[in-house]
Amino acid sequence: MSDNNEPKNLQEKLEKNIFALFLATALTVSIAGIVEIVPLFYLKSAVDYTEQTDKYGNAKNEKFPELVWERTFTEDANGKLVSDKALYKQDNNGNWVLADWKPGDGVRPYTPLELAGRDLYLREGCYICHSQMIRPFRDERERYGHYSLATESMYDHPMQWGSKRTGPDLARLGGKYSDEWQVLHLMRPQDMVPESVMPAYPWLAENLVSKDFFGTERDMSKRLSVMRTLGVPYTDEEIANANAAIEGYTEMDALVAYLQVLGTMVKLDDSKVYRQ
Amino acid sequence: MDTTAKPQYDNGVVKYLTVGAIVFLVLGTFMGTYAASELAWPALNFDIAEITFARLRVMHTNTVIFAFGGMTLMATAFYTVQRTNGVKLWSNSMAWWTAILYTIGLILTVISISLGMTTAKEYHEQEWPLAIAIAVVWTLYTFNFVMTIASRNKETHPSVYVSNWFFMGMMIAITYLYIGNGLALPVSMFRSYSMFSGVQDAMIQWWWGHNAVGFFLTAGFLAIMYYFVPKQAQRPIYSYRLSVIHFWALMFGYVWLGAHHLQYTALPDWTGSLGAAISLAMIIPSWGGALNGMLTLSGAWDRLRTDYILRFLIIALAFYAMSTFEGPVMAAKTVNALSHYTDWTVGHVHSGALGWVAMVSIGALYHMVMKLWNTEMYSMQLINVHFWLATIGTVFYIVAMWVSGIMQGLMWRAYDEYGTLAYTFAESVSAMHPYYAMRAFGGLLFFTGAAIMLYNVVMTIRMANAKATSSAAAHA
Repeated sequence: MSDNNEPKNLQEKLEKNIFALFLATALTVSIAGIVEIVPLFYLKSAVDYTEQTDKYGNAKNEKFPELVWERTFTEDANGKLVSDKALYKQDNNGNWVLADWKPGDGVRPYTPLELAGRDLYLREGCYICHSQMIRPFRDERERYGHYSLATESMYDHPMQWGSKRTGPDLARLGGKYSDEWQVLHLMRPQDMVPESVMPAYPWLAENLVSKDFFGTERDMSKRLSVMRTLGVPYTDEEIANANAAIEGYTEMDALVAYLQVLGTMVKLDDSKVYRQ
Repeated sequence: MDTTAKPQYDNGVVKYLTVGAIVFLVLGTFMGTYAASELAWPALNFDIAEITFARLRVMHTNTVIFAFGGMTLMATAFYTVQRTNGVKLWSNSMAWWTAILYTIGLILTVISISLGMTTAKEYHEQEWPLAIAIAVVWTLYTFNFVMTIASRNKETHPSVYVSNWFFMGMMIAITYLYIGNGLALPVSMFRSYSMFSGVQDAMIQWWWGHNAVGFFLTAGFLAIMYYFVPKQAQRPIYSYRLSVIHFWALMFGYVWLGAHHLQYTALPDWTGSLGAAISLAMIIPSWGGALNGMLTLSGAWDRLRTDYILRFLIIALAFYAMSTFEGPVMAAKTVNALSHYTDWTVGHVHSGALGWVAMVSIGALYHMVMKLWNTEMYSMQLINVHFWLATIGTVFYIVAMWVSGIMQGLMWRAYDEYGTLAYTFAESVSAMHPYYAMRAFGGLLFFTGAAIMLYNVVMTIRMANAKATSSAAAHA
């Protein structure tokens, strides 16, 4: 631009030195992430004042105690990680059932079957058409229920808030329909809802959930232990039994187990203001 | 034509990427049209897992954004960086490796998504082995680009031209957004769990998600605009000063916008509002850039009558201006309350993606085909047909989605005289049918235009090669 070759200002200096321009650009594009994302990791208000109580991801909430299922982990004599409360257990008939947690007790990690079902929810791309994030509006409240809280997805790696409602929101789907309805609906949605544009998923009923891509094993123990590394609290026993807990179930069973738990973990109090 | 006086450039890799981009444009718009038809007529899913709507929709976005868009960005970056700096590529073989590996990576991505392997992070669906490979390839692309600029003759080319700033800014931002959002722990060869969860994961996903739009689909294609509009119009860019402002405002501002995707969600209100406020401010640099491109034509507007390629470039800027106005409007909280979760968002994306990104790419690709093969097009008339099919198709698409999106939003919140919800969700779904059909028709027009382009380009190359062979024979 100028006749003499001496740069007159910072812009001209940067234009003449590509590496300086590279650095200046890299700095400029990083600012937003630092301001918008970093605080979400330490501001308690960002997660409804839910606090982590140990490195495994156990949590408590003093302001809203109903939000989180609290339990503590200790090491037993053999160095195994155990807890005062069990998430799931094997009953007398050999079925794997929930143990010390009841619906409404607060947010908890998924059982192996629910987590496997969640993996299928991701595989089929359900989030492309269904959100799991109810906004605080009167119509959404009446259609779907109480608005969603950050704590409710704190164990969701990744989150499934979604961005589009080609179909309805599913954040509080659990318990709205029977298991039979869910199965029939997934087999042929138009049989249950004639207006529906949802595809059918008949293959879910044919495949065992213990099998993954190309006939490989779906190693739920590995998945639970990775989840614990990421901050979802499972005991050693819960991890060890995870493969047994999905044995014999179909993909349909797993997906329905996941759909039926959505929104049932927390019983929110209508008289409380959870979010400003 | 005296080509011997010009410096010799590395054109082979650019030729490959140019044709590759057009092939992926045809494939990607076909997938989009088919996915749109599945929503209008669900029987088209045929109970085949690999082509159910949700999987096909993600195959479509990956093909058009990352395969077509990515190869266009690579072709144009390698093409313009040589010409604006007066040098060959720093490494031609590295460029070839980049191009071939990127093609393979994207083909594997689309196949793996159809099989159901996905991270379920929107616009970042590649599972970890492919994601790592693509990040490496992307780094090679960036490194080669920067080193080419660094190797220029500083006497003849002291200042780096503005198109190169935008390309480099896009490469930098995409690298670290992609890696940041992609952090995950593998649980098998085909599956990984995101490092982040809940509200942090949501913010990080849209920090990447909106900037796949802001950088990949905007900054990169603005670089294309800053080179090809002046070239095709044969006039210098309207204002250097405006391009400086445009560049820095875009680099600083765009990264904030992801938060506007999460308004009224469990994301803290301050974050969403900050995203919305900066979205509003982004009108200024966006329109500054659009004007900078359009005013380059001052005094030469008559060329639009005769130059079909210029038409593509200018209508692209018109769509750019329109969608960068629509975007901030939709980010405003009251509008967002209605528009979020509806088809309006899909329409907005396509006014940007079809109207701006695809149109400016198509203009640049036609321009490059003629330069690279040193020939006229096989048929200028077919370019005109393509132009009208693409424009009318885009308008059909956007109008359908405006109507269906706003209608959905209004039906969901409508109350009857007794104060209860007026419509079931299913009623809102069935009301969408005519608009879904109309959208599929718009997509079909756009796809037809792309297919005509591929035919025209193939015939052009055959013609050019035949001419080259016969003139070589004449010389012999």
